[in-house]
Amino acid sequence: MGGLRKLGSVAIEVVWQLGFIARFFWLILVYSGQSFTRLNLTIRELYFSGVLSLLIILVSGLFVGLVLGLQGYEILQRYGSSDSMGTMVALSLLRELGPVVAGLLFASRAGSAVTAEIGLMKVTEQLKAMDMMAVSPIARVVAPRFWGGVISMPLLAAMFSTMGIFGGWLIGVVFIGIDDGAFWSQMQAAVDFRYDVLNGVIKSCAFGVAVSLIAVFQGYDCVPTAEGVSRAITRTVVSSALAILALDFVMTSFMFRGL
Amino acid sequence: MSRTTLDLWVGIFVAMGIAALLFLALKVGSISGSEIRSPYTLTAHFDNIGGLKARAPVKSSGVLVGRVEQIRYDNERFQAEVVFTVDGRYKFPVDTFANILTSGLLGEQYLGLEPGGEEKTLAPGETIKKTQSAVVLEKLISQFMFDKAAEGEPAPAK
Amino acid sequence: MSDPLVRLENVRFAYGERTILRDISLSIPRGKVVAIMGGSGCGKTTLLRLIGGQEKAVGGQVRVDGQDVATLGRDALYAMRRRMGMLFQFGALFTDMTVFDNVAFPLREHTELPAELINDLVLMKLHAVGLRGAARLMPGELSGGMARRVALARTIALDPMLLMYDEPFTGLDPISLGVIGQLIRRLNDALGASSVIVTHDIQESLQIVDYIYFISEGRVVAEGTPDEIRHTTDPFVHQFVHAEVDGPVPFHYPSDDYAAALTGGKA
Ligand SMILES: Nc1ncnc2c1ncn2[C@@H]1O[C@H](COP(=O)(O)OP(=O)(O)O)[C@@H](O)[C@H]1O
Ligand SMILES: [Mg+2]
Repeated sequence: MGGLRKLGSVAIEVVWQLGFIARFFWLILVYSGQSFTRLNLTIRELYFSGVLSLLIILVSGLFVGLVLGLQGYEILQRYGSSDSMGTMVALSLLRELGPVVAGLLFASRAGSAVTAEIGLMKVTEQLKAMDMMAVSPIARVVAPRFWGGVISMPLLAAMFSTMGIFGGWLIGVVFIGIDDGAFWSQMQAAVDFRYDVLNGVIKSCAFGVAVSLIAVFQGYDCVPTAEGVSRAITRTVVSSALAILALDFVMTSFMFRGL
Repeated sequence: MSRTTLDLWVGIFVAMGIAALLFLALKVGSISGSEIRSPYTLTAHFDNIGGLKARAPVKSSGVLVGRVEQIRYDNERFQAEVVFTVDGRYKFPVDTFANILTSGLLGEQYLGLEPGGEEKTLAPGETIKKTQSAVVLEKLISQFMFDKAAEGEPAPAK
Repeated sequence: MSDPLVRLENVRFAYGERTILRDISLSIPRGKVVAIMGGSGCGKTTLLRLIGGQEKAVGGQVRVDGQDVATLGRDALYAMRRRMGMLFQFGALFTDMTVFDNVAFPLREHTELPAELINDLVLMKLHAVGLRGAARLMPGELSGGMARRVALARTIALDPMLLMYDEPFTGLDPISLGVIGQLIRRLNDALGASSVIVTHDIQESLQIVDYIYFISEGRVVAEGTPDEIRHTTDPFVHQFVHAEVDGPVPFHYPSDDYAAALTGGKA
């Protein structure tokens, strides 16, 4: 009985939280004007969430591509079709690994930093002080960070996939000796721009919105203490990961139903 | 103030991102190659489409000329109706044969168009009359076994 | 001076179930410096936030410059806040900006002034608090007293009509404390503003304010001019004054502040 009651209260808590996030999302959109009229606010956030995530994204992309190349070759050569390695690497990166892994890395690198920054501004009453100065913290602090993340994410995912394909090419063409022409032409024949590339970009945009929203929300909503901030950071990483994987499942089932 | 260096970094970042997107679109996805220009729709009916799926390629002489758009069941004819688009640059005679073929032994299935000899070409929205259904492997095997059995059985009986 | 700048009438306030202020009536006359005193956690900060419109009273009215704060929409409220300045208990400086940018923040957000003029204004404000030389430092590099003076410069950047100070004296060494006290008085008179100081430091307050209210258990329990307070027979005030005077003066306050921070954090 107790367990059931607890489950009920958790469910109510989740629904309540969802409604709160939805309202917060709406507020961000309403107060987004400044993020675009005063572009240097958003550019600053692009630096912190985009440029500073660059290194980890590029390096991870390369390694994921290298591993895909090795594993793909190992499997494909059993069926005598190691020429299709480019196809396999490109499709797995474009459709799934690029957006998802880049999203997970982005959440733990940039999302957590955004949560920490906003949370600490709350702890030190900077947000309240701003509000008392008749400057909306949502317009001035939250919205630029949100948009910075939303813009960075698809760019980072594209760079991740590019690096991954380069990694696959290194393994396949440079180390194993698959024909360079076969590698690219097989890939091009199998990869459809609208179906594979564009759907991947759409996925990464959706992940960008989800992660950025979660990150700014957790920071803004945190209990204003050191412990509260650290919990909020953990929540950002965990719920971003869950949101990315759940969204990925839903979007995949819509996008790639036909095949 | 380090504003200018920050701007520079963001500029580099955005340029790299856009370059990556272009690379994926042009080099990996070959935006021009797979594009079907000014497509028109045709329809064909089949007794059995086997494993044909929406978005499967439509090929003629092995060249990609279009894509399958939609597959549904026609309850009046009790047949499968396949709607597909063909690149506007290509015209096919009205007596074109539509086959459902398999690339390789177990590969994906596609729609193959075999042009006939008529002068008149298929107008957009028209239906291809001559079709041949997919070869269903199970049927093929059971047919083969049946034939073998029929071959072998009568001898001792006679 | 006819009608006061701020008037609270029978204000009641609660955080959820917990009633913090029961029945507060007080007024802040134009041009005067008023102190509000009370123990930690008695709702002094909350009172300032009611005046600033960050919280809404459950009962009674908060009127600032003739307007009922609770009925103002967001735009009207923000318009009113531009004419208010609040010095937060811990300064609340923006940690990602230099001292200069902190002071320039309200000017850049609310005015279209050219950069040179903003530069001059900021340096003037910093000069007023004696920290023109610290303009390029980051908040993390400042001592507590300096940080509070920078926050003060930021608070007066837009020449507000009402200045609110939340425990401006806590955590300061005696010299900084005297400096801040004198600044509060001087700025009030120079700007022609009105000021509210929320504090426990009765000695410093008696020297610089025009009127004092004592709050306990959500009510105003005593009030008067500094002279009246010094000679009062009211047992609460007497005890309050004595407890502070008898102890080893400045070293008591940090522990009080710590308690306030803990209770504030728990909520
Ligand atoms: N946001 C809040 N939610 C709930 N309770 C709060 C909140 N802020 C303060 N309190 C409680 O209200 C009381 C008064 O707080 P405060 O006005 O900060 O006191 P003071 O400034 O006089 O020390 C404290 O007991 C505190 O625990
Ligand atoms: Mg307080």
